[in-house]
Amino acid sequence: MSKNFVSTPQQDKAFEEMLCELENVPGPLMKALQKAQEIYGYLPIEVQMRIADKFDVPLEEIYGIATFYAQFNLNPKGEHTIGICLGTACYVKGSGDILNKFSERLHIQPGQTTEDRKFTLDATRCIGCCGLAPVLTVGDEVYGKLTVDDVDKILAKYGA
Amino acid sequence: MKSLQELQAIRDRLATHMKNRDTLSAIEPDGAIRAHVLVCGGTGCTSGHSKQIVEEMQKELKANNIENEVKLIMTGCFGLCARGPIMVVYPDGSFYQHVKPEDVKEIVSEHLVAGRPVERLMHSEKDASGIAKAINETSFYKSQKRVVLRNCGLIDPENIDEYLARDGYKAYEKVVTEMTPEGVIDEIKKSGLRGRGGGGFPTGTKWEFAHNSQSATKYVVCNADEGDPGAFMDRSVLEGDPHAVIEAMMIAGYAIGAEHGVIYVRAEYPIAVHRLQVAIKQAHEYGILGNNALGLGHKFDLELRLGAGAFVCGEETALLNSSEGKRGEPRQRPPFPAVKGLFGQPTLINNVETYANITQIILNGADWFASMGTEKSKGTKVFALGGKINNTGLVEIPMGTSLRTIIEEIGGGVPKGKKFKAAQTGGPSGGCIPASLIDTKIDYDNLIAIGSMMGSGGLIVMDEDNCMVDIAKFFLEFTVDESCGKCTPCRIGNKRLYEMLDKVTKGTAEMEDLDKMEELCHYIKENSLCGLGQTAPNPVLSTLRYFRDEYVAHVRDKKCPAGVCKALVSYKIDPEKCIGCGLCKRGCPVNAITGELKQPHVIDPAKCIKCGACMAACRKGAISK
Repeated sequence: MSKNFVSTPQQDKAFEEMLCELENVPGPLMKALQKAQEIYGYLPIEVQMRIADKFDVPLEEIYGIATFYAQFNLNPKGEHTIGICLGTACYVKGSGDILNKFSERLHIQPGQTTEDRKFTLDATRCIGCCGLAPVLTVGDEVYGKLTVDDVDKILAKYGA
Repeated sequence: MKSLQELQAIRDRLATHMKNRDTLSAIEPDGAIRAHVLVCGGTGCTSGHSKQIVEEMQKELKANNIENEVKLIMTGCFGLCARGPIMVVYPDGSFYQHVKPEDVKEIVSEHLVAGRPVERLMHSEKDASGIAKAINETSFYKSQKRVVLRNCGLIDPENIDEYLARDGYKAYEKVVTEMTPEGVIDEIKKSGLRGRGGGGFPTGTKWEFAHNSQSATKYVVCNADEGDPGAFMDRSVLEGDPHAVIEAMMIAGYAIGAEHGVIYVRAEYPIAVHRLQVAIKQAHEYGILGNNALGLGHKFDLELRLGAGAFVCGEETALLNSSEGKRGEPRQRPPFPAVKGLFGQPTLINNVETYANITQIILNGADWFASMGTEKSKGTKVFALGGKINNTGLVEIPMGTSLRTIIEEIGGGVPKGKKFKAAQTGGPSGGCIPASLIDTKIDYDNLIAIGSMMGSGGLIVMDEDNCMVDIAKFFLEFTVDESCGKCTPCRIGNKRLYEMLDKVTKGTAEMEDLDKMEELCHYIKENSLCGLGQTAPNPVLSTLRYFRDEYVAHVRDKKCPAGVCKALVSYKIDPEKCIGCGLCKRGCPVNAITGELKQPHVIDPAKCIKCGACMAACRKGAISK
């Protein structure tokens, strides 16, 4: 069992309705996981078990899919997710150094969440605004043409 | 449902409208509308707040009482992402760059009300008389040939009427009313179109295979899982002209006898997904998609399936597994998808850019298409130009254009006067083109011949500051991370190859390791199951081929000539140039620099972490690595 999985009745209702909608859809498992993550924010084992149960497939198949794709989270995310683009254009313009600086400042490795669940640090693939390289995103907000010196400013803006 | 006549009426109604947006000649009267303002709504410009620009513009037009005279739309990508957010005003084609929401007021009052374009915001290229050039006259656009991108940056992608006014769904109408499925396939074959996803397989032949497979259910699939780092051609087409892809898939459906279509698109492209959803909905409302398209008796339905972040899903058989909701692991081929594809049924898979060519081939004829390009590579190719280049962005050029034209003319050269070193095409599957081959004419076969590949269209430019070993390592790290793990050569072979490269960059490799690496590369290529593994060693092989001296410098001399590989770099202060200002000392995070004020400083190599902060801080250029 995952630690501290709590859900609201609204979430559970939306989840069950979604499962019913997918009943007659061919190849529904990824769609179910995507929707479930939209509802709960991540995919705790309880949610995976319910999906396995609903579509009558073994839990390991669900777990196999959930762990195959980078976008599925098995653990909850922080309040702000900082995604640093390591696409080629950004990389050649120094985004690796920016990532290291965040890692140093937050005391976490890429893929991890700070203990206070405030920040999650991610190294992302190309997000496609290569003209702004190097770029990073905090939630939906995009920051471009960065230097290592911008790291503290950005963290301060989100209350670090 | 709209009838064919109703669709034509929409086209006629908007004809002047679209013409005034496309030409720089005198504007034809179009009701009250006297100007068009086009704001880029591609991902790059949206990140630069182009949405707020549109909102601000709406407010300002209203405040000046000219909201009925100026048509304001948000388009897809213009291509020159480096200058974004971009705004273009017609009829004069004024090309505004780096527009900020606070600039809008001035543009409205000066340009749209008083008729005086705002010089300070305009693209800096001037003509002989010193006037800023109109958008299509700038060197970035002049050498381009926009077939795939013909509507990008011109129409509102969320308005089907504007697509119709650009001959939208006319190709589909022509196919269903005038052509047999075999006739369509022949036309595509004759055009010489080859798959734009990277492989370069003849598209018409692929369609023929799918056509010849017998089954009650068949599928047309669009591969929109553009995953190469640095590539965003397909995203821009989907964001700027989603109906072109839908129409082409319907034509494919008619040609191969399929009633179902699936677009598999990366979830990392939210704007593209949204515009596709809007386009599919509008096509349904107009009775274009559905049980009886335009009353012509053909049935076609379209569904979106979203990826979830796995590069390997761009490989067609892995994409099929993922579309079925499973782990995106590749399948053994044969059977090929044309025989046994999605849900076990015959399936045609093409990528976005390939589809985006189809309507133009049908409308203008195979001969028109085949007149562009080289002997074996017809038409145009879209490239996402990135890295060390001034005009980062999206370019479409006829096949056979030289790399020099792309980099020096369209791309505007390498920034800061640095020297062009190499261009990387084909992403993690491709290779490097060294500066000595800059006159290579870009087409499928030429690129293969020099050890690279067309790939889907990423074109990353590198200058003298890039270390080629580091670049190879970067791409390999990507493929190691993205290998699905199904077959051993790819899963373990690439990991071992990566470790060897890592040794090279740390200066701990031996000369014989270079030969071992080469041998391992060939082994991985020959034995991997799918395209990912078969091409993963290419960046290593091609850099070994053209930049072997750099590898040797790392291994034998323990030096990184470009000064990138940290383990092999040491920072030095030139006592001649150092004025002892102390800026470097203050910038150093580990106190590795010592020296009295106004005396030359020194770096303690034992303490130095090689972060480069001192070099960035020095104003005298006294620090080198």
